[in-house]
Amino acid sequence: MPTDPLFELDDISVAFNGRTVVDRLSLSVDTGETLALVGESGSGKTVAALAALNLLPDNAVVSGRRRLAATDLAALSRRQWQTVLGNRIGFIFQEPMTSLNPLHTIGRQLGETLRLHQGIRGEPARQRCLQLLEQVKLPRAAELLKVWPHQLSGGQRQRVMIAMAIANNPQLLVADEPTTALDVTVQQDILALLAELRDQHGMGMLFITHDLNLVRRHADRVCVLHHGEHQETGSIEEVFTRPRSSHTRELLAADPEGRPGPVLSANPLLAARQLAVSFKRPKRLLSRRPPAFEAVAPLDLQVAPGETLGVVGESGSGKTTLALALLRLVSSHGEIDFDGVRLDQLHGEALRRQRKEIQVVFQDPYGSLSPRMPVADIVSEGLRFHHPELSDDEVKQRVRRTLNEVGLPEDVAQRYPHEFSGGQRQRIAVARAIILEPRLIILDEPTSALDRTIQKQLVELLRDLQRRHGISYLFISHDLAVVRAMAHRILVLREGQVVEHGDSEQVLTRPGSDYTRTLIAASSLASDSTP
Amino acid sequence: MPTLSPISRRRLQVFRHQRRAWWSLWLFSILLVLSLGAELVANDRPLMMQYQQQWYFPLWNDYKDTDFGGRLPTSADYHDPFTHQQINENGWMLWPVIPFSYDTIDMQLTHPAPSPPDARHWLGTDDQGRDVMARVIYGFRLSVVFALVLTAGSLILGVLAGGIQGYFGGKVDLIGQRITEIWSGLPVLFLLIILASLVEPNIWWLLGIMLLFSWLGLVDIVRAEFLRARNLEYVRAAKAMGLPSRMIMWRHVLPNAMVATLTFVPFLFTGAITTLTALDFLGFGLPPGSPSLGELVAQGKNNLQAPWLGITAFVTLATMLSLLVFIGEGIRDAFDPRHVEHVSTAEGVGNAH
Repeated sequence: MPTDPLFELDDISVAFNGRTVVDRLSLSVDTGETLALVGESGSGKTVAALAALNLLPDNAVVSGRRRLAATDLAALSRRQWQTVLGNRIGFIFQEPMTSLNPLHTIGRQLGETLRLHQGIRGEPARQRCLQLLEQVKLPRAAELLKVWPHQLSGGQRQRVMIAMAIANNPQLLVADEPTTALDVTVQQDILALLAELRDQHGMGMLFITHDLNLVRRHADRVCVLHHGEHQETGSIEEVFTRPRSSHTRELLAADPEGRPGPVLSANPLLAARQLAVSFKRPKRLLSRRPPAFEAVAPLDLQVAPGETLGVVGESGSGKTTLALALLRLVSSHGEIDFDGVRLDQLHGEALRRQRKEIQVVFQDPYGSLSPRMPVADIVSEGLRFHHPELSDDEVKQRVRRTLNEVGLPEDVAQRYPHEFSGGQRQRIAVARAIILEPRLIILDEPTSALDRTIQKQLVELLRDLQRRHGISYLFISHDLAVVRAMAHRILVLREGQVVEHGDSEQVLTRPGSDYTRTLIAASSLASDSTP
Repeated sequence: MPTLSPISRRRLQVFRHQRRAWWSLWLFSILLVLSLGAELVANDRPLMMQYQQQWYFPLWNDYKDTDFGGRLPTSADYHDPFTHQQINENGWMLWPVIPFSYDTIDMQLTHPAPSPPDARHWLGTDDQGRDVMARVIYGFRLSVVFALVLTAGSLILGVLAGGIQGYFGGKVDLIGQRITEIWSGLPVLFLLIILASLVEPNIWWLLGIMLLFSWLGLVDIVRAEFLRARNLEYVRAAKAMGLPSRMIMWRHVLPNAMVATLTFVPFLFTGAITTLTALDFLGFGLPPGSPSLGELVAQGKNNLQAPWLGITAFVTLATMLSLLVFIGEGIRDAFDPRHVEHVSTAEGVGNAH
């Protein structure tokens, strides 16, 4: 241990209204090193960092010593904090979509940081902005200065955020889940960039994340938090090979394991032929209508009873659109054949009756349940509509049985969605789907908003349901580890085109395209997680 | 009793924390209840009486003058000195607090009308010798009930029109929007003035005409909410479940759209009251003789030598509208999620001490 760390927290505790959220956390970051603060959602990792930097609301009670180089952070006045934050400490937030002000250009937002802390204006400020944008490897920096945030992609925005964070040559960079909202391939680039900048500028970096794969590759030391309690701190090698705390072991073992069960029959249940979705683009005055945007290029797919087809792709690849097309929720071209019924030719009442055979579970466990209905109503709604002959008691019975089946306790029926955690909500969404006894469930990124340990449980639940009821799944995800645990076959999509389509094992071990190889490399699948 | 959802409970709590809105709601409710029972508070007939050992309930039954020793076969006038004396000699009468109705013309004024406030007429009389207090009570009731019906009506129409446009979107939305735009271009005030020359406007005519236009303000809000909600995942899930559109709109979209809509309602309400008052003031409103606040304002303007008319009208309207605006503000803040944080912060600080 070096004698004088750059940034040090000693016995930091944070409490809200008498409830302790972080309990006696100590950590230190040295110059030129990355310390990863790891924990599941709700473990207090972000709160700890915010507390150290005095960014929590007034009702938080923070105790303990915190120090940046020779400065005692706890003793700073509000005014002095302004000279520390953004100047000696740079901060990168999780959400690149909302952390830039949509009403100012990139150049202006970058310039503001420079003006506030260094008093640079005019041409020198412009020069510095250009230099910063080049440092974060954004192409055409001069043009970018005049660009609005909404014109940039998520990765580009995060680079702008990084440029803002390093604008004043901070000693410490705090990155709070800097890549969680980004695609896997972009994640790697951003983290590599951060490491490079850290070495160039001699900064220390506090990297807050839930993703152990990223930690393994991009951090020097790691500190594990669980429910606000410090589990262990150590070098990457130590913690990953000889974890001391049981929770760390649990986290490390949380990659979804196992393989899907056997397929029931070879005859396809769902077959789509030349299915394509395109959106008309708006016509400008006095110009011709631009060609339609092709969200999904014509593709064929089949799902057999009891089989899972994994659809893999990054954001914007058209995988959700494909799901909506199969559900007949967006208009599409081509044939959709479901067990001998041509879905694409059904309309109105007939289509609505057919819908109970294909159900859907969405990505966002917070948005997919109506916040104003108790769980019993949410789960039973479809049942009551499709089977009006059932009595209230029978409906109640079915709801109880279904909730039981997805592993929720008895008493949840009368409660409202906001009382549940993300994993429980996703179970409610699954219950809502299976209560209709569908033959196919479309799962649109059902695990991506959940913690690893919860993901694993959900994957096991889904496989179990498949075994018991012979349900087919269309499983959409960007996470190859989860897809491998679920899918029999994999379809890789990129910008609406099918890149690869084949047996799961084959696609993942002997990918036929460069794109698939990049995806596999980015998600650090190959190395170790095969049990 | 149906249990409130936790969200509603939290909103109620926030609303109660805002003392101004909470007290306004109480005060307004009390005034409303009092004015709904206006016949019991201000009436030119006794509530009950005993005459020659017999019970009479003039409030519910019409008695002839001849019943009480008079000579005319018309309804009894209990203010008539002769009848008054007859009854008091042979029994007793229980009068309401204010022994005048809104259209009672007091024949025993000691001053020429409009007479100033005194013990007999607490707020004086107007230029036709009618008790101002009684007219205010009845006028308050009429305004509030009118506004209530108008608001309810516009709410139904506005939510229906906005909901259909927003939920279905596309061509329905485009055509619906153009129609509402054209419709909102029609001049309401001129229509009402033209109407006043064609028919004798009564409260139903006014209500009908104003209802034709007042829902337009709601359409935009409701439409925007429905447009937003139709792509939410739980709405998609409901569609994928095969529920028909009307059920999805009613169960999934409307409850969420109502939040934004409800905050608009108090202001619709005050708007309705103001419009009715303005029309009455101009003389295009309710038929002559109706207890209307607008007419009181007009009388105040015409009788500047009798300031109690103008002052009463002003105070009544100002109180009523302020209370409603305060309540509206409270509702708006209660539905504002950011406000909840504020309250909890305040509590947190309180606990820390």
